[in-house]
Amino acid sequence: MYNDPMSNDVLVRVEHLFRYYGDICALHDVTFDIGKGEVLGLLGPNGAGKSTTMQILSGNLAPSAGRVWINGIDILDQPKLAKAALGYLPDQPPLYRELTVDEYLNYCARLNRIPRDRRNAAVDKAKQRCGLTEVGARLIGNLSKGYQQRVGIAQAIVHTPALVILDEPTVGLDPIQVREIRALIRELSGEHSVILSTHILPEVQATCDRVQIINKGRLVLNDSIDGLLARMQSSSMLVALRNPPPVLELESLPGVRSVVPLPDGRLRVHYFPDASPAQILVERSVQHGWGLYELTPERMSLEEIFVDITRTEQHAVVTEEAA
Amino acid sequence: MIFTIAARELRSLFLSPLAWSIMAVVEFILAYLYLAQIETFMQIQPRLVGLEGAPGVTGLVVVPLFGSAAIVLLLVVPLVTMRLISEERRAQTISLLFSAPVSMSEIILGKYLGIMAFLLLVLAMIALMPLALLLGGSIDMGMFLSGLLGLTLLLASFAAVGLFMSTLTVQPAIAAVGSFGMLLLLWVLDWAGNAGNGVMNEHVSGILAYLSLLRHYEPLLKGVFDSADVIYYLLFIVFFLGLSVRRLDADRLQH
Repeated sequence: MYNDPMSNDVLVRVEHLFRYYGDICALHDVTFDIGKGEVLGLLGPNGAGKSTTMQILSGNLAPSAGRVWINGIDILDQPKLAKAALGYLPDQPPLYRELTVDEYLNYCARLNRIPRDRRNAAVDKAKQRCGLTEVGARLIGNLSKGYQQRVGIAQAIVHTPALVILDEPTVGLDPIQVREIRALIRELSGEHSVILSTHILPEVQATCDRVQIINKGRLVLNDSIDGLLARMQSSSMLVALRNPPPVLELESLPGVRSVVPLPDGRLRVHYFPDASPAQILVERSVQHGWGLYELTPERMSLEEIFVDITRTEQHAVVTEEAA
Repeated sequence: MIFTIAARELRSLFLSPLAWSIMAVVEFILAYLYLAQIETFMQIQPRLVGLEGAPGVTGLVVVPLFGSAAIVLLLVVPLVTMRLISEERRAQTISLLFSAPVSMSEIILGKYLGIMAFLLLVLAMIALMPLALLLGGSIDMGMFLSGLLGLTLLLASFAAVGLFMSTLTVQPAIAAVGSFGMLLLLWVLDWAGNAGNGVMNEHVSGILAYLSLLRHYEPLLKGVFDSADVIYYLLFIVFFLGLSVRRLDADRLQH
């Protein structure tokens, strides 16, 4: 399957992508697939290579090495064909400020070769989807940042491309608009594949089916949202007891790795993965009258996972270099 | 596709005050020169009557007008062409074109046609001045058309250079300075040819003179139609458009 870029459920295939800016390596051996109708979140700190990846996917930038197929078409060999299947919103929306929203979207529709008889309908649909119906006659330059962002998204979906590439689509929007845009992205999935980049973690949780974390040009995590949630299950819980036994006694319970008393009197119990001592703890508490009144499994936040992964990756790189 | 890009370009030009003010200034200056030329012609006309083979109104009014138009437009065209690509780069709208199913040649040709449409409008307004002479007399149509052809080709060459310079940079001002310098150089290359003896070898100066934009304009202005001159301009335009396409293509490679 790997050698067949035309396989049915894969829309985009990226293989061994490298990109250098002078001596700086912005992308290092990035390989991934995007399925049809899938929403993929590209997550990473600033300067990680998210935008570079998206620029390459959209044909705005040539990779130093590696290949990209969209719908089985190599974007370097047949750029025109491949680009017909994608819509791209760069981190700065490509807007002509002197045009009205209608004129602009009409121009985009023409550029994407929508036949004349379907052009108006396509523009109307894109406007309606992005909540632009009322500002059609206004100059883009006079619109607020949030509306400009929406025009940018409308531009990317006006020709209903198979792949929509959104580079930080919710930057600079107010919370309500952010919610609307996220809803729009969810709506787009199914019909379109979407790849979006962000450094806001809840956004990924809210919109994506799959997450890729990219750091210093390397792909450090490629997982489904469920997989990511599973990773967030940490191996610790918070326990509060009215009559706590000595710490040593708790540590002797099966599965418990260590017990750390917290300043507020609660205890943090670290345990070995897949060996939660919760049940035993409750039983013992009843037997010995420890007076258990709180037991909370701890969850790592996405932030912590993110920091965790990027940090271990850094460690790996450092040790690699040292060796 | 080319026409879509050209139409957008033309529309954006006229949505900014730049195009209007350029048209107004060019028209004003040339109208002044034209009227001055007519004044001169009226003064010397009685003395010309008796002369055998004396220049007519076309030679004394139309030819100088087209001559000055070339100089004025040499100053002005870089200002119109400077924004073609560099402004799209600066505002990052270029990625709209790059991610659309459009080839680099289509982008360049679209931009070029858009700007040519504008310049042809300017040209039409200039051509109206000599044509106004038809109200009170007659002009040598052959000479007029040959001069007009020359000016058109010259403008098309200016625009090609301006477009190429605009693909080189992000700053419109630099594109303007660059194309102005380049055009001026190509204009005065001829001087080295004229001052041929001495410093420069006859051969080299001959080649330099041949490359000059002016050298191929003058015959057309005098009503001498030589296909070599026309081909020179066409080659010149194709050369710079080709360079522009190459340059735009290279945009994706380096940064």
